[in-house]
Amino acid sequence: MTAELDVAAQVLELVRAAAGAGAQAEVSVERRGLALTRFANSFIHQNLAEDTTTVGLRLHTGGRTLAGSTTVTSAEGLRELVSRTVEAVRFAPPDPGWPGLAPPAAPAGQPGFDQATAAAPPEDRAQRVREFVAAAGGLETAGYCRTALWSGGFANSAGHSATTRTTEAVMDGIARQDGADGLARLASVRLADLVGAQLGARAAAKARACADPVELPPGHYQVVLEPTAVADLLTTLAAWGFNGRALAERRTFAELGAEQFDRSVTMVDDPYAPDHPGQAYDLDGTPRQPLTLVDAGVTAAVAHDRRTAALVGGESTGHGLRFFGTLAAAPANLGLRPATGRPASRPATPAAGPEAAHPSATPLLAGVVRGLLVTDFWYTRVLDPKSLVVTGLTRNGVWLIEDGEITMPVRNLRFTQSYPQALGPGAVTAIGPAAVLLPSSLAAAWPSAPALHLARWQFTGGSAG
Amino acid sequence: MSQFDVASAAVQAALDAGARYADARVMHRRYESMTARNGEVEDLTQTGDAGVGVRALVGSSWGFFAVPELSGAAARTAGHRATEIAVASAAVPGPAADLVPAEPAVGSWASPCEVDPLAVPLSEKGDLLVRATTVMSEHGADQAEGRYQIWDTRKWLVSSEGHRIDQHIRECGGGIAATAIGDGETQRRSHPSYRGQYGTRGWELVTGLDLAGHAARVAEQARALLTAPACPAGETTLILGSEQLALQIHESVGHAIELDRILGWEAAFAGTSWLELARLGQLQYGSELMNITIDPTIPGALGSFGYDDEGTPAARRYAVRDGIWVGVLAGRDSAAVAGLDYAGAVRAERWSRLPMVRMTNVGLEPGPHTLAELVAATDDGIMMDFNRSWSIDDRRLNFQFGCEIGWEIKNGRRGRMLRNPTYTGIGPTFWRSMDMLSNETIPWGTPNCGKGQPVQLGHTGHPAAPARFTNVRVGVRG
Repeated sequence: MTAELDVAAQVLELVRAAAGAGAQAEVSVERRGLALTRFANSFIHQNLAEDTTTVGLRLHTGGRTLAGSTTVTSAEGLRELVSRTVEAVRFAPPDPGWPGLAPPAAPAGQPGFDQATAAAPPEDRAQRVREFVAAAGGLETAGYCRTALWSGGFANSAGHSATTRTTEAVMDGIARQDGADGLARLASVRLADLVGAQLGARAAAKARACADPVELPPGHYQVVLEPTAVADLLTTLAAWGFNGRALAERRTFAELGAEQFDRSVTMVDDPYAPDHPGQAYDLDGTPRQPLTLVDAGVTAAVAHDRRTAALVGGESTGHGLRFFGTLAAAPANLGLRPATGRPASRPATPAAGPEAAHPSATPLLAGVVRGLLVTDFWYTRVLDPKSLVVTGLTRNGVWLIEDGEITMPVRNLRFTQSYPQALGPGAVTAIGPAAVLLPSSLAAAWPSAPALHLARWQFTGGSAG
Repeated sequence: MSQFDVASAAVQAALDAGARYADARVMHRRYESMTARNGEVEDLTQTGDAGVGVRALVGSSWGFFAVPELSGAAARTAGHRATEIAVASAAVPGPAADLVPAEPAVGSWASPCEVDPLAVPLSEKGDLLVRATTVMSEHGADQAEGRYQIWDTRKWLVSSEGHRIDQHIRECGGGIAATAIGDGETQRRSHPSYRGQYGTRGWELVTGLDLAGHAARVAEQARALLTAPACPAGETTLILGSEQLALQIHESVGHAIELDRILGWEAAFAGTSWLELARLGQLQYGSELMNITIDPTIPGALGSFGYDDEGTPAARRYAVRDGIWVGVLAGRDSAAVAGLDYAGAVRAERWSRLPMVRMTNVGLEPGPHTLAELVAATDDGIMMDFNRSWSIDDRRLNFQFGCEIGWEIKNGRRGRMLRNPTYTGIGPTFWRSMDMLSNETIPWGTPNCGKGQPVQLGHTGHPAAPARFTNVRVGVRG
């Protein structure tokens, strides 16, 4: 039994004693060890670590439900959590939509884990930052190196229990030259996979290739999106499109069984992909199921928790989560299958020429007569959830492609574009040969993305408005 | 052991380990939220957390460590670890840095609160949301949602310079939203705003919103918007309601005047700023009607406090005066780097997060007009209000906002509703075009300002009133 599961069992016992055997209770204990080394102006300016265990208790009794949590894990702290939750639930409003507890179920798998990453000292992160800065060859740099550990235990009064543990290592940095930024970003379960010198060199190569950008008029362009930009499509589709609550409420474009994407598009949510961070169970304790969301262009599934599954008469897929305080059901490990079907790759050693700056996108350039190569998207926001029209800006490097060659850097552009339409039937010209594992800036999510060549992207404004 | 003793132990341990400056924040936080959908309470959450976060400065390098325990031993470990991390930071050191001098403040502060929101019965709070969402469902909403949130935070700050401050801040607020679903798109209306209204006040704030009283109206408007004409595309005169203008201030002024962004400290993530320090005191940010204050002293506004998380007493200052950029949001270290002599805008979301430059209450001083006068003076234009989407570039220049609802303005009168209103522009160009400003100010609260890594959700306030802008591009759509 893990330390977290032991605490969960203790709390469950306290609940039984205080609320009686008839109360439905679930306890989730999560330890999070987070260490983050940030740098800017080429020096480490913020460096932090925390090691926090949070105990969550959700109690349903007398038709009423209350969720509580605490970070005070002493015996007194646990007793206090139980007593205040048991006391307060009596006054909670009725919850007729309570879906019941997750039944006992075997784990569907375990996500990636690396002990060395879990225990990485600050010196290991500082070393990678030093290498990144040095490899940028005097360009100004900024970014971060992060290691994280999640270790969890779950138990409910229906007899179900589960454990999970995973690690994450991320390096994400820019090099800057005369106001132009170049980016390198990568995630893994192992800190050892992150080579600061490689990433710093790639960011610098991009920044140097961005010198003296030209302004292009807004309009429709073909685009080659690098994996860092494709990741934004995936996380947006996951949160707004393949979301069981949105399906139940008819707020998503997704129609099960409909051919809504190009036939080259297959999207899979796999929490147990080799070497990927993930979580083995969801907010309800349900084991996360690998899901094929889009199969050769056909929308095949959406993610559900127990509550949304009950709304549509289906089964939970183990994807319940709390996002900015509200309940949701969404994929956290969404991957777009690359053209070769290979899993997410580790960083390659930079070569000379365009590969040094754009290793994932280079194989797709030859197919472009005139279009834009986009490194990254920024501040993307949904204008309408059903059509999933999104506005945002390009960031960290844009170039004009003419006759298969990168001809000049371009200033950032604003776009207003429906994401499902951009990936719709006939809209995907080519998919890159390998996917790259990337972090999410806002949630515990890890999209896996290859580069993409899309036939049409609507840019609606230039840097001057 | 008192909470001050815990913080003092952490600070002393950091100094003993070699730090030349240290501060520690002990925080206890209680949080409660309730969400109702379509007449049923769906989620009720009560959380509590407590811990201590320690900052240590070694040379010019910072370290931060946080633990969820409040024993003397845990605090000492945290102080020691913070210094260890600062030493590791020195592997990639920056230029010599210091803190702007400060008198070590000793004090106590509490936000005003008539009705303790955590003491209001859950059943009463649930009835409010159930009633409001039921009414919305009965009046045409396909999805009716209501939510409130409450934070009750106590914190104790000790620094190696002698700061010793405790604060008790109670915040709450809420709102409702109705969504109508049509063929291929949705329409939403909310009250009193997309995120609700929040402040450093008690439950009297939520009671005063009259959520149930506005439920039928917003549901009917959401339904009517499905068949309303689309906002036309082009360039026009634009009147913004105060809720949307609050977000415009937040995104295109508040973030732009954050000194850490100006100095490049957020370059890789949140971004930088188009503002250059060399132009402070000279740059024409907007029209002469534009007077923006940084004011954490406004009673009840969401960005109010007695002291920031470095111990600087709350003080009002101008960010923009008569259209000229004159001030920034700063912390003691960033101000020292910039050669400024004031700080006072550093906060952390919780004990486990690093204090950083955050907005307090950043808002417009009232203008000379009323909304009725703005409309009456407009021959041809569009009015928009209630934010629906927001996007701005990493220098805080190029923005595009979508609102829930628009209205045609013809010959000085507000006419038919318009759906999917959007507008776009460049910050300073937009602000320089502001030619009328109302005096009907509301101190809007934003409880979800994301910044920093790990992302912290800051609570900010934005006094704003309706205003008019000329030659604005509207009607951008995909």
